[in-house]
Amino acid sequence: MSTTVTELDKVKTGRWNGGRSPFNVEYGKIMMWFFLTSDAFTFSAFLIYYGTQRFAHLTWPDPDKVFQSIPMVADHGYPLVFVGIMTFILIMSSVTMVLAVEAGHRNSKKEVVNWMIATIIGGLMFVGCQAMEWTHLHHEGFWWGSIPYQEGVSPEVTLAPFFSREISEVSALQFANLFFTITGFHGFHVSVGILLNIIVLGMVLANTFERRGSYLMVEKVGLYWHFVDLVWVFVFTFFYLV
Amino acid sequence: MASQHHDHAVGHEDGQHHEGMSKGKIWRVFFYLLAITALEFFIALVLVHGGVVSKGLGVNMVYIALTLLKAYYIVAYFMHLKFETFGLIMSITVVFLFIIYFIALMLTEGTYMKGHFNPFPFWPNS
Repeated sequence: MSTTVTELDKVKTGRWNGGRSPFNVEYGKIMMWFFLTSDAFTFSAFLIYYGTQRFAHLTWPDPDKVFQSIPMVADHGYPLVFVGIMTFILIMSSVTMVLAVEAGHRNSKKEVVNWMIATIIGGLMFVGCQAMEWTHLHHEGFWWGSIPYQEGVSPEVTLAPFFSREISEVSALQFANLFFTITGFHGFHVSVGILLNIIVLGMVLANTFERRGSYLMVEKVGLYWHFVDLVWVFVFTFFYLV
Repeated sequence: MASQHHDHAVGHEDGQHHEGMSKGKIWRVFFYLLAITALEFFIALVLVHGGVVSKGLGVNMVYIALTLLKAYYIVAYFMHLKFETFGLIMSITVVFLFIIYFIALMLTEGTYMKGHFNPFPFWPNS
C-alpha cells in the first residue's frame, strides 16, 4: 500500500476551495457593503450630472458668494465657514462611531453606549445645520424650481450677488435644483443613519448584543454612517470648493 | 491577504480581523482627515481669496486629489476595508471603473452641449 498522495487527491486548502468563507465576513456585513456600493453609484450619478450641467453652461453661480452666511451670527461675508463647521461635525461623529465599534470589539457595553450617543448627537447637529442652511437659501429665494425674483426688477440685478462672472437665470435655476436635490438626498441618508443608530443604541441598552456575544450590528450601522461621511466629503468638494 | 489566522472562518462573529484599529490609530486617522480639510480651507480662503492663485483647473485638481485622499482614509481605516480579504476589496472597488468612465463620458457631453447651445439666441443659451 502506497502512502504517497497524488497531486489530484491532495486536499486543497485555498480560500476558494470550499469549506470556508472566502471573504471571511458575516452575511449581513457583506450585504451592507454591496448596498453601500450601489448607493455610491446613485450619489456618483447625481454629482456627475451636476458636473455635466456645470460644463454645459457658460457661467455658473459662485459658491463663495452663495454660501457665505453663518446662521444666527452673520448674514454674509463669511464664505465656507459654516460648511466648515458642518464638515467638522460630521468627521467628528464618524470618529465617535469608530470608537463605538472599537469598544464593541472589547465587549464593553458602557463605552459602546457612550460613543453611540455621541454619534447620534453629532448626526442631529449636522442635520440641524443643514436645516438652517436650507432655510437661509429659501429666504433668499432659492428652492426647487425657483430663484431670487423681484417684481419689476431685472434678473441681472436680483441675481448679481451670486455670480462673479456673467449672470444666467438658467444656471442659477439648475444650481438651485441640484443643490436641494443632492444635499437633500444626503440629508435623508443622514436622517436614516440617525434612526438606525437610535435603534441599535436601544438594542445595546436592552443587552441584545451582550446575549448574542458580539457587537457586529454596531459595525454594520457604523459602515453606513461612515458612508454618509464619505458622501459628504465629495458633496463638500464639488458644491462648495470647486 | 490579511487575516489568515482563523482555521474556520465561518461563524466567527466577534473579533474577526480587528487588528489594525486601536484607539490611537483611530485618532491619528482623524487628525489626518482634519489636516487635509484644513489644507482645503487654507487653499480656498487664503490662497484663492487672497489672489495668490486663481480658481481653475489647477486648483480643482488639487481639491479633487485631496478629496480622494480623504475618501481613501475613510474607506480604508474607518470602514476597515484595508483589513478585509483581497477578494472583498476587489469586488467593492473595481466596479468604480464604470464611474470613472461615466465621468469622462458625461463631462465630454457637457462640453459638447455648451458648444452647441451657445449659438441659440434664446433659451437654453447660457
